[in-house]
Amino acid sequence: MRNRSTNCLFVAIIIMGTLTLNGCANIGVKPWQRDLLAKDEMALDAQGIDLGLDDHIYFSKEATSGGRSFAGGGCGCN
Amino acid sequence: MQLNNTKNISISLAAAACALLNTPVQAEEESQADDWKFDTAILYYGETDRVQLAEGVLNAKKDFGEQHIFNGKIAADTLTGASASGAVAQPSAQTFTRPSGNGQYAISPGETPLDDTFKDTRVQLSAQWTQPLWENVTGSTGGNLSKEYDYFSLGVNGSLAWDFNQKNTTVSGGLAYQFDSIDPVGEAPVGLSSMVINSGQFSDDSAFEQAFNATRTTDGKDKSTVDLLLGVTQVISRRMLMQFNYSYSVADGYLTDPYKLLSVVNSEGMTQDILHENRPDKRTKQSFYWQTKYASDYGIADVSYRYATDDWDIHSHTLDSRFRVKLSGNSYLQPHFRYYQQSAANFYQPFLIEGSLLPSVASADYRLGEMTAFTVGLKYGQILDDGREWAVRVEYYQQSPKNSGFNEPGALQDLDLYPSVDAVIAQVSYSF
Repeated sequence: MRNRSTNCLFVAIIIMGTLTLNGCANIGVKPWQRDLLAKDEMALDAQGIDLGLDDHIYFSKEATSGGRSFAGGGCGCN
Repeated sequence: MQLNNTKNISISLAAAACALLNTPVQAEEESQADDWKFDTAILYYGETDRVQLAEGVLNAKKDFGEQHIFNGKIAADTLTGASASGAVAQPSAQTFTRPSGNGQYAISPGETPLDDTFKDTRVQLSAQWTQPLWENVTGSTGGNLSKEYDYFSLGVNGSLAWDFNQKNTTVSGGLAYQFDSIDPVGEAPVGLSSMVINSGQFSDDSAFEQAFNATRTTDGKDKSTVDLLLGVTQVISRRMLMQFNYSYSVADGYLTDPYKLLSVVNSEGMTQDILHENRPDKRTKQSFYWQTKYASDYGIADVSYRYATDDWDIHSHTLDSRFRVKLSGNSYLQPHFRYYQQSAANFYQPFLIEGSLLPSVASADYRLGEMTAFTVGLKYGQILDDGREWAVRVEYYQQSPKNSGFNEPGALQDLDLYPSVDAVIAQVSYSF
């Protein structure tokens, strides 16, 4: 019984591993498929000025900061 | 099936042809230096009856060729208005000593005590240099400096990013060190010491001054913060990009807010004493951040989620989403929604009860208490010739502090101890 469940687990891991690997093989693009990704507005830090200003506001008003980039120091005494 | 395949092949061929046609142009661009690119913005942040902030930012970026990129930023802001001191509202009027020790301010019955002495100007400079180091490895290093009337901050950072899997995957790691020094108006108060309030009990001004100075300390008020940031960025498809970051941060030193107070109330809820807050001198934070961007035919969706936790027991969830909708004539409209939720720090106390054991650390700063907040906003932007762009955004931000299970004695039950904070954010930006 124990062997059987171990085998089931083993098979499940293999199936999941295969699916994951297949998934990995399918994600990503070829260099010539970057037309949309290359746009400025698709950059993760697009509108960096807005993000910086928002970080300053929320850093001063909330207990958590950072995550997207370095949290850094600062006062927030207001 | 056959038809689909043919269609796919023709699309791929067309894309490949476009890519080939574009290649010489891109190669030429990469080796050449670009012109300076400037992003500017003016921001107004205003809370109802509280803090008002005006901030101007100028960001300058230049690619000196072969992806050797300089980015410099200067920001200046001015802050005025009142901020919640941490003391509780009372059914009768209250008097507080200003942080400098010079003068007093009065709070009307039923009103949340706000300290209206805030007036500060800040200038911040930062510079970042990024360049390829080895094949597929990019390095970046930078520094920042920030100066306020009572505050000085200096930081350095460095990071490496490695592209592989046909640049579909980027793994990055970075370290930052920040040094902060605070020189509070009227010197920093001794943690949990009683505020000295002149109610006529002193024989003269020098007697008051002596009592006031006895609650002050001139010890170093510095702190240092070390941040580690690890990230993976993955291209999912032609339309989708994803990032996952883990960050670990340790802050060491003076983490107390020298201007925050704490009321000591009796069993009827009446204030008997006002203390200066005191926080632990170390904080270790961790955060998990996930962001995804999706380019649809109608626009670009940008969604992120952050879970953060620390050894002060503050756990927070932040959900942020922007959807940039393409409009005609090179313009766009971008709704923004953000939701934030945090639990209270383990030393957060909205007030202390007279006669109970005085803790070694305590703060009534609502920003360390349980709270939810949301932001809704709208941005309109227009892209002009030569890469110039202007945009305007207006947002509304509301914080709703909550009682995380403290029983309110007597008079406090009839008072609003957790008032919400409403703010308007307005920004105009121009890039050229």
